[in-house]
Amino acid sequence: MNNPYLAIFCLFLFALLLGVGFVIISHFIGQKRPSTAKMMPYECGIDPLGAPRAEFSVKFFLVAMIFIVFDVEVAFLFPWAVLFKGFMKAGLGGFVFAEMMIFMGILLMGLIYVYGKKALKWE
Amino acid sequence: MDILIFILKIVIPPVLVLNFIPLMIWFERKGSAYIQERRGPNRAHILGIRLGGIIHNFADVIKLITKEDIIPANVNRLYFIGAPLIAIFVGIVTIAVVPLADSVQIGEKLVHIQVADLNVGILYVFAISSLGVYSVLLAGWSSNNKYSLLGGLRAASQMVSYELALGLTVVGLFMLAESASVSEIVRHQGPHVLHWNFVQQPLAFIIFWIAVFAETNRTPFDLPEGESEIVAGYHTEYSSMKFALFFMAEYAHMVVAAALITALFFGGWQVPFLTTLDLKTQAPFYLYVTVLTVSFIALFFGLLLLSQFKKGKYRDARDYEVLVFGIPLFLLALAGGGSAIFTGPWALPEWGRVLFAALVQATSFGIKMTFFAFFFIWIRWTLPRFRYDQVMNFGWKGMLPLALLNIVVTGVVLLWKGNHHG
Repeated sequence: MNNPYLAIFCLFLFALLLGVGFVIISHFIGQKRPSTAKMMPYECGIDPLGAPRAEFSVKFFLVAMIFIVFDVEVAFLFPWAVLFKGFMKAGLGGFVFAEMMIFMGILLMGLIYVYGKKALKWE
Repeated sequence: MDILIFILKIVIPPVLVLNFIPLMIWFERKGSAYIQERRGPNRAHILGIRLGGIIHNFADVIKLITKEDIIPANVNRLYFIGAPLIAIFVGIVTIAVVPLADSVQIGEKLVHIQVADLNVGILYVFAISSLGVYSVLLAGWSSNNKYSLLGGLRAASQMVSYELALGLTVVGLFMLAESASVSEIVRHQGPHVLHWNFVQQPLAFIIFWIAVFAETNRTPFDLPEGESEIVAGYHTEYSSMKFALFFMAEYAHMVVAAALITALFFGGWQVPFLTTLDLKTQAPFYLYVTVLTVSFIALFFGLLLLSQFKKGKYRDARDYEVLVFGIPLFLLALAGGGSAIFTGPWALPEWGRVLFAALVQATSFGIKMTFFAFFFIWIRWTLPRFRYDQVMNFGWKGMLPLALLNIVVTGVVLLWKGNHHG
């Protein structure tokens, strides 16, 4: 009872049951009259042309990759931020701050490189 | 007793979020109507009682449940059914770490008014909310439809782009509060309005607010569902209750986002200028004032509604509609005001004071949160949609550097203060 993660786990179960319950109820109550036209992919009334899973712009993939790099940076910043005032009290504030500025500077160079390569330029 | 508290803690926050969804939909319909100078929905009724369009929500639920649940041929069934479940799961579960009131001492136990007081609070929020990307990506890919695929891709890359700015803004809050727990951040802000984080961290507040709009896919960032370009985006192929789950999830995300903005930047449950101790020790006086104020407001609105009563206006049940709220409000005003005036300020027992303080704090939280939830709708019916390249440029070249700058400035200010004020 005192472990907070037990409550979180119960909440997870509650949320999942709610979603599954809604879907199951509508599955049984709703009518079923399938037809060929109904089962076709929606394409504004005309027959779909070509494969639906067509190739897409590589930019979407690049954004995802760059995101991973910077998300890791954010993850590194969190514990540093929580402990920052503690380090200041111990008299190490300036040193810790300078260290993080160097780390962020390196990543900022990475961001400038990404801008320069036009990886984030959308037409 | 322990078990009861445990169950209440798990059930109340998600049920609150779920109850906010119909309210938000009503805000959206009536709000948009009045912004565009229309009357909005007012047809659905139960025995002639319409309640200004609220009945439409119940009608919608019945309609959506009884609709045919179409699963098109060639879709990937597992992902197709799983995607809306993930969406609603994320919407409900994120509220867990947001405190609704200050912790309450019951007997020897300190009870937190939230599902769980995690010390990694905000990390939990980010961990769960980024699962939302899976929902849109899986929905888009599994639907076997070009519009869905494009919508899913757009949503995914927009959400990950703005998540960076979102993650970087809270670093400034961590530096001030020395903790990643939401309840710690709320407590650190204190009751004084000028110490709340929207004054202490104005840049972070604005960036967080904008990024939250992008995360919830709301206008001006609603390109994933841009109906003029890609039909309905990632939920084009969804029908019946599966569509409803996406719809509910969108509103649940907004409610949770409003709760997070309130907790992180607007003092959460803090009542302006009153600490928990003030509320507890002065409880009889504040209760007296509250009861009198509420009675007066109820009397005003009750009489306003009753004065609208006119027999034979429509010649059906609509004539009596004003009485549904008018009479209870009038009776409430009489009972509350009368008992307050005649039996005077009441001496409250200890548990009464604690309960009163918690209720007032929860109300304070609710009012702030409702305002921010309404703000989402206000913005939607005011601003036009961005172009996609503008969204990405704004995220990567505007928000991200500014969020980094905010961390540097916060650090410099903290160091400067530390050196000059001991």
